[in-house]
Amino acid sequence: MTTRTLAEARPASASLGILLAALLGLGIVVLTGHVQADALHAAAHDVRHANGFPCH
Amino acid sequence: MLGRILSSGLIAGAVAGLFAAVLHLLFIQPVLLHAELYESGELVHFGAASVPAVRPEFGLDPVRDGLSVIFSMLTYAGYALILVALMALAEGRDAVISARNGMLWGVAGFIAVLLAPAFSLAPEVPGVAAAEILPRQVWWFATALAAGAAMWLLAFGRSWLAWGAVIVLLLAPHVVGAPEPDSFSGPAPTELGALFTARVLGVGLCAWVLLGLLSGLLWSSDDEAAS
Repeated sequence: MTTRTLAEARPASASLGILLAALLGLGIVVLTGHVQADALHAAAHDVRHANGFPCH
Repeated sequence: MLGRILSSGLIAGAVAGLFAAVLHLLFIQPVLLHAELYESGELVHFGAASVPAVRPEFGLDPVRDGLSVIFSMLTYAGYALILVALMALAEGRDAVISARNGMLWGVAGFIAVLLAPAFSLAPEVPGVAAAEILPRQVWWFATALAAGAAMWLLAFGRSWLAWGAVIVLLLAPHVVGAPEPDSFSGPAPTELGALFTARVLGVGLCAWVLLGLLSGLLWSSDDEAAS
């Protein structure tokens, strides 16, 4: 019942919250996994390899 | 909504990332360090003398391994925010989220960001040849996005058109092909490369199933608390 109520009455702010959370998550993954700045690359090196990210 | 996603996602991501880091240090790091001995030239594959396959003993490196733990937790927190955001989106469209089906969400996430890209761009151990970084990153993101969309359509699609799109989205990146190196000049033995890839996929599946389970559990219990 709760789900349905939420679905029918989902305000625009809920959609915005979902979008913001997903973008924040994407930003974190890009930063930890993909940005090639030297210091970041060195610190995250092993985790990048271990997560299948293209590393260098 | 944002606050609820953040609280569920960050906890689930931190725990799954810590779990992934422990498995990483146990099973992936020794293979990585062994391969780095070939990358640096300390060991030589197909040199004058054959090199014993036995793996040297590697101790823990507090700084390096500490950074790995932190970055693993961060990476999975990022994944978790995306996963929980998608759970919230699905729930708004009448899907029911639970700890049990959260594990399926986790498997879908594993397929999207690990298995699908790995199918043509195998997780690389240090010391293997690879194409330029940027084209590989572009291909990685395109493939993860396509596979993620395919998982969504597989779960929630209700027509043959949607299921047809699943096949196209999963196949297209591999038909196009990932960027490849000009020559196979990597000094690391293929045995280490293969073991590394297998371990990355195995650890990734374990961590993603836990991530999905925790995300589903925290999101659904938060739902009950809110109602």
